[in-house]
Amino acid sequence: MKVSTLPQTQSRKPRVNQTVADLPPSGIRRFFDLVVSRQGVISLGVGEPDFVTPWHICEAGIHSLESGRTSYTSNSGLLALREEIAQYLEATTGNRYDPVKEILITVGASEAVDLIFRTLLEPGDEVIVIDPSFVAYPALVTLAGGIPVRIATRPEYGFAPRREDLDRAVSPRTRALMLNYPNNPTGAALSRDQIEEIADFVTRNDLILISDEIYLPLTYEGDPISFASLPAVRNHLVLLHGFSKAWAMTGWRLGFAAGPPDLIAAMTKIHQYAIMCPPTMAQHAAVEALKNGHKEVESMRLEYDRRRRFISHHLNRMGLTCMIPQGAFYVFPSIQSTGLSSQEFAERLLDEYNVAVVPGTAFGECGEGYIRCSYATSLDALREALRRIEAFVTDHRSTTGETNPPPFREP
Amino acid sequence: MISSIRKKILEVLEKDARLTPREAAILLSEDENLVAGEIAAMEAEGIILGYKTIVNPERVRDDKVACLIEVSVQPERGHGFDKIAERIYRFPEVRSVYLVSGGYDLLIVIEGQSLREIADFVIEKLSVLPNVRSTASHFLLKKYKELGTILVESDGQERIPVSP
Repeated sequence: MKVSTLPQTQSRKPRVNQTVADLPPSGIRRFFDLVVSRQGVISLGVGEPDFVTPWHICEAGIHSLESGRTSYTSNSGLLALREEIAQYLEATTGNRYDPVKEILITVGASEAVDLIFRTLLEPGDEVIVIDPSFVAYPALVTLAGGIPVRIATRPEYGFAPRREDLDRAVSPRTRALMLNYPNNPTGAALSRDQIEEIADFVTRNDLILISDEIYLPLTYEGDPISFASLPAVRNHLVLLHGFSKAWAMTGWRLGFAAGPPDLIAAMTKIHQYAIMCPPTMAQHAAVEALKNGHKEVESMRLEYDRRRRFISHHLNRMGLTCMIPQGAFYVFPSIQSTGLSSQEFAERLLDEYNVAVVPGTAFGECGEGYIRCSYATSLDALREALRRIEAFVTDHRSTTGETNPPPFREP
Repeated sequence: MISSIRKKILEVLEKDARLTPREAAILLSEDENLVAGEIAAMEAEGIILGYKTIVNPERVRDDKVACLIEVSVQPERGHGFDKIAERIYRFPEVRSVYLVSGGYDLLIVIEGQSLREIADFVIEKLSVLPNVRSTASHFLLKKYKELGTILVESDGQERIPVSP
């Protein structure tokens, strides 16, 4: 049977609205299609933990099913979970959030990103988004009718936004600043001084600071610092967090937002129409994660920490210079010494050595000249991937006439 | 008390015994010579006894037979259970010996080529020891997990190879 892919009736108006039609496809998507068509690929392109959710957390989810807890929860999510979150925030930031009015459980932190933009933005309003950054932020600003204004972050400044760049980016239409530290894709974290500087910028300009801190428990140097630990910025702060990364629960799709009651109430309004409530089973599992998951989070963090040292040591040694990541599980080396663009580097590395990395340009224009390597992969796989990357870099150095780095010796 | 650097070295080596001192030093952000020295010292002091490969017996199918034996013994004045335990653990076919609380005293794990071989051991070597009062043998039918490693095949989780 022949199936027509054309619409049944010819209408003058395109079926897909202009905003969506114009939205660039994710740079990652294109690369993903290339990777899945191949065999034997070692992937450093994965943006999720390689650990399975700790078993006691899975058990809590299974138990909730066995107990017949299969119906909706309240729109905001289980009160028991919101109370656990309030305790968690108080323990990690020193500040108390009201579980009834100031916390909303969402389907991943991603839903919360979407909700806050739809809550804040009038058509034409601007949101300052750092570049490079997670792919969803600028796209969701656009879908909410806003305009993402990108500001460059560079390794010279530890991939943190500089005050002068922020001041230059702000306009009468600026409503919010979207940040994500520890950062995907750069692995950068902010110092206490940087956090205070940004808080000052936000309050002075009366903006909303949206801080996606999903990687905060995966901080490797010094204590993790949340924007929520600064009382001065509290009324301007919407904190986004979730269970995916630190608790290895990506597939459970569970995150949360904490912020001022007026914004949380507005977000909840959209959420109740669009989502109803996050998955009940996942919420029960998350209660267990917060109650008893600390030990596993710490042992996963320790494992990432060791791999982080390993991968950045070897990348730097082979001439792909990188800042030592301070958080998350990504390293963002410069590939400029190879003379290749990010896209070329990633495609040829895949083609010639079967290693997948994500071109930096997937995260914004400023990602040109960089690639993102995830170290949420076993040490054995990292070792082999690094061996192949070094061979690739050596090939391409010699063709561009630069001096070869010392050969990779298995230490 | 074991020093913190030694503890950290043992943690990474217990996960992967093939790590070279240099790799371990990179993982731990420590000096390579210091790590190499500590490993050598721990080997000399008997803290590190050896390096083994974890083989999945379910995949090798060597038809060996294993048996867990509960042994009740008469402890001896001045030696407690140590002497009788030694007389048992000296047998090379005995893989493990534990002194346990509860309904019996020693739990031993023995491996042999056949049921006959294990029966011979129990009848001729173990039961006849003067301090052994009784034994109860449990033949091992399947290993699910050993030394922290899960041995049964699992579908595992398939992560999508590239994600944002």
